[in-house]
Amino acid sequence: MSVVFILVFVAIVMAGGFLVAFIWSVKNGQYEDTYTPSVRILFDDPPAKESNDQVTEDKEQKKESEDCETENGENHGAQSKME
Amino acid sequence: MSEDLKCIHCGNSCGKIPVIFDGKPFCCSGCFTVYQILNTNKLKQYYQIEQMPGIRIEDEKQPASETYAFLDLDKFKSQILTFSEGGISKVSFFIPTIHCASCIWLLENLHQLHSGIIQSFVNFPKKEINITFNETEISLRQLVELLVSIHYIPEINQHSIEKPTGDKAEKRLFIKIGIAAFSFMNAMIYHFPQYLPGHQFLDADMKRLFGWLSVALAIPVLLFSANDYFLTAWKSLKKKMISIDLPIALGLITLFTQSLIEILSGRGIGYIDSLTGLVFFMLIGRWYQGKTYQALSFERDYKTYFPLAVTKITGEGTKTIALEDLRPEDHILVRNQEIIPADSVLLSETANIDYSFVTGESMPVAKKAGDFVFAGGRQIGNAIELTIEKEVEQSYLTQLWNQTENPFAANNKLNTIINRVSQYFTIAVVLIALCAGGFWYFNKPDIAVFAFTSVLIIACPCALALTVPFTFGSTMRQFGRRGFYLKNTAVIEHLQRVNTVVFDKTGTITNARQSEVQFMGNDLSPKQKLMIKSLAFHSSHPLSKTLCNSIEGDQLLDVTDFQEIPSMGLSGKINDIRINLGSKYFVTGSKTDEENMKTEVWVFINDSVAGYFQFENEYRRGLKELIGKLEKNYELHLLTGDNEAEKPNLISYFGNSRSLHFNQSPTDKLEYVRNLQKQGKNVLMIGDGLNDAGALNESNVGIVIADNVFNFSPACDAILDSKRFANLNKYIDFTRQSMKIVYAGFGISFLYNLIGLSFAVQGNLSPIVAAILMPASSVSVVVFASFSVSLRAKFLKL
Repeated sequence: MSVVFILVFVAIVMAGGFLVAFIWSVKNGQYEDTYTPSVRILFDDPPAKESNDQVTEDKEQKKESEDCETENGENHGAQSKME
Repeated sequence: MSEDLKCIHCGNSCGKIPVIFDGKPFCCSGCFTVYQILNTNKLKQYYQIEQMPGIRIEDEKQPASETYAFLDLDKFKSQILTFSEGGISKVSFFIPTIHCASCIWLLENLHQLHSGIIQSFVNFPKKEINITFNETEISLRQLVELLVSIHYIPEINQHSIEKPTGDKAEKRLFIKIGIAAFSFMNAMIYHFPQYLPGHQFLDADMKRLFGWLSVALAIPVLLFSANDYFLTAWKSLKKKMISIDLPIALGLITLFTQSLIEILSGRGIGYIDSLTGLVFFMLIGRWYQGKTYQALSFERDYKTYFPLAVTKITGEGTKTIALEDLRPEDHILVRNQEIIPADSVLLSETANIDYSFVTGESMPVAKKAGDFVFAGGRQIGNAIELTIEKEVEQSYLTQLWNQTENPFAANNKLNTIINRVSQYFTIAVVLIALCAGGFWYFNKPDIAVFAFTSVLIIACPCALALTVPFTFGSTMRQFGRRGFYLKNTAVIEHLQRVNTVVFDKTGTITNARQSEVQFMGNDLSPKQKLMIKSLAFHSSHPLSKTLCNSIEGDQLLDVTDFQEIPSMGLSGKINDIRINLGSKYFVTGSKTDEENMKTEVWVFINDSVAGYFQFENEYRRGLKELIGKLEKNYELHLLTGDNEAEKPNLISYFGNSRSLHFNQSPTDKLEYVRNLQKQGKNVLMIGDGLNDAGALNESNVGIVIADNVFNFSPACDAILDSKRFANLNKYIDFTRQSMKIVYAGFGISFLYNLIGLSFAVQGNLSPIVAAILMPASSVSVVVFASFSVSLRAKFLKL
């Protein structure tokens, strides 16, 4: 049965770890805004900084990403709600 | 050009003369300019994330170029910046117009507009942007002007200087909940074996370990998570009152001591799981009730409305000074769209002052040199000069604000339903505990103390305390979804007690932005109407705009010899025919009668006076039905600062003239509400402008009607979206439904208490009974309260 003592100890350390993580996340401000990150994650990466030799490639990529965006745009249609 | 061409930037109709660029239509040059800025900076994705996401700012509402000059002063800079070191600064702004995903995207890509911006983060629910920038590359003023140039105008006022305090309290509550949850879950693991058959074979060492671990878990819960309950219980005891927190605190302490005794004596491991569970559920209730609408402000006073700085005219030129440094006799300059900060006298020839924030009246008031000008108006048109008469604090409006301390606020607090119930509850519980203890003392002395403590433990009014937060919290959320935003849940309780409703007129029951236009005089030919429209099109005066919109037709005629004479009218020639539009004095030469106070625009065309356009306020849609429904249950009153011109119209709405009061100053309104309250009435005041602020504050519940809920509104208890105005009676009625649900919730929790007490008084309350009964009662009350509120709301088609 003495294995239970070890398990109890392991359990409390693990749970304590999660508690510490939770307190850290609260202090870090992660619960201040629970809406914006959900929108932010859908944005594409910012257009790459222009450097001369990559211009043509960039343009092609941009065109592709623009096509995707019009689709995305519809998805966020309902996002102007107020919380 | 088709009629319904939509501006690619803001989605407004482009009207007759769209600006075309890049093959895309724009409604005005403002929208076009923003598009150009974004286009040249490769930020066109703005238009792809959402359709037509932009914000339209009419040309005449663009802030003047010097408006933000005060941001160059160190005094303001240090107040506004949240952090500044080694050239790197941080600042956060409230931007009420943030409304969609495109806004977030654009504002977070500000660094592409200017290399001095290092990073920007949007907090959407708060409508706030946090910017880190390099001050050596871009100054605070330039940063603000950059935001203005893309039509995201930040609100900079006293409010933005004061550092927020609410955040910390919420974080603390989260941590309290986290710790309570942690202890609850772990305590359950230690207690669970005790509840299973065969627990008597458990190792004695293990029992002791579990016991002591539970005690260790309970200590932070008691000392930190639950400390508010002890503090408020103690505070109310000192005031010789009994609040709901007293029986809670009593229950928690008894739970803990009883458990400690059992663990010490080795009889069992106590009730720590119940204790931590109780605290956890109650904290969840507190969090649920504490929901606030972050982007709305219910506490604004004149300070948040007035600017931070004003432009003072000195011998050597102009100088920006802080508002609090403004003294009587100072000369100041007020530019287009700026607010007059203190009661003053006009020095310039003419001024056009918009008091819509103050009175709700959208038509600007014309003033002449030497006129007395009240603080709070917004100048429209050219910059004007003023001499300050009174200090900001002494001005008429601000004084009104300062003198109203709501005497009912304190009273109301003590009188909440939960506190009334808990008074009887606490006394009853203590009596039952004493009786049970006394009975067993004479019959079976060894369980007397246990019976006594058991009663206190099981009667801990957790479910009772959860009823109100969850019922009212859900009600508030239901209202929020329907455009009715409450300051806090206490408003619901006050609202259901209301028996008298007082309305303001202008802007509250009338539409602030729209007026009905009627022509009085000779019939005009369509051609003449078109000529009038064409002339009015060239003026930015609100009356001209309303007139222009009210006349049909799209082929505008060319106007020559156009002249606009401030506070008089317009003049111009179309096909060599002279047209004058304007005040009676300007058009006919005769003075306006003092009697007639309706807004009129006179017309001179074809060498004669043709008549005049009369502007009447349009009443809000659904007003008649709303009043019809409200007057069955409530006493209705109307207070207005206007004259009796509208009296016949209002009688048709209100049925009689007894409760209609005209020419009411802001102080009169306040006194009127105060008198009603002295007669023992519970008053609901419905207003919209600063002139209602006193009455709104004085009344038991003050509701502000707003066309845009994020814009400035005076301090109040609730904000109602004007589109939902006709539903007001439903909302008030629904608060009564919520109250019934609260009573039903009380019933449920009493039922559980009764079951628990039947165990307790017999002296056989075991930890397992407590562990089942206490969470079960809490959960069922929570589920009942939230479900019945949303079901009721659906059923009643709220």
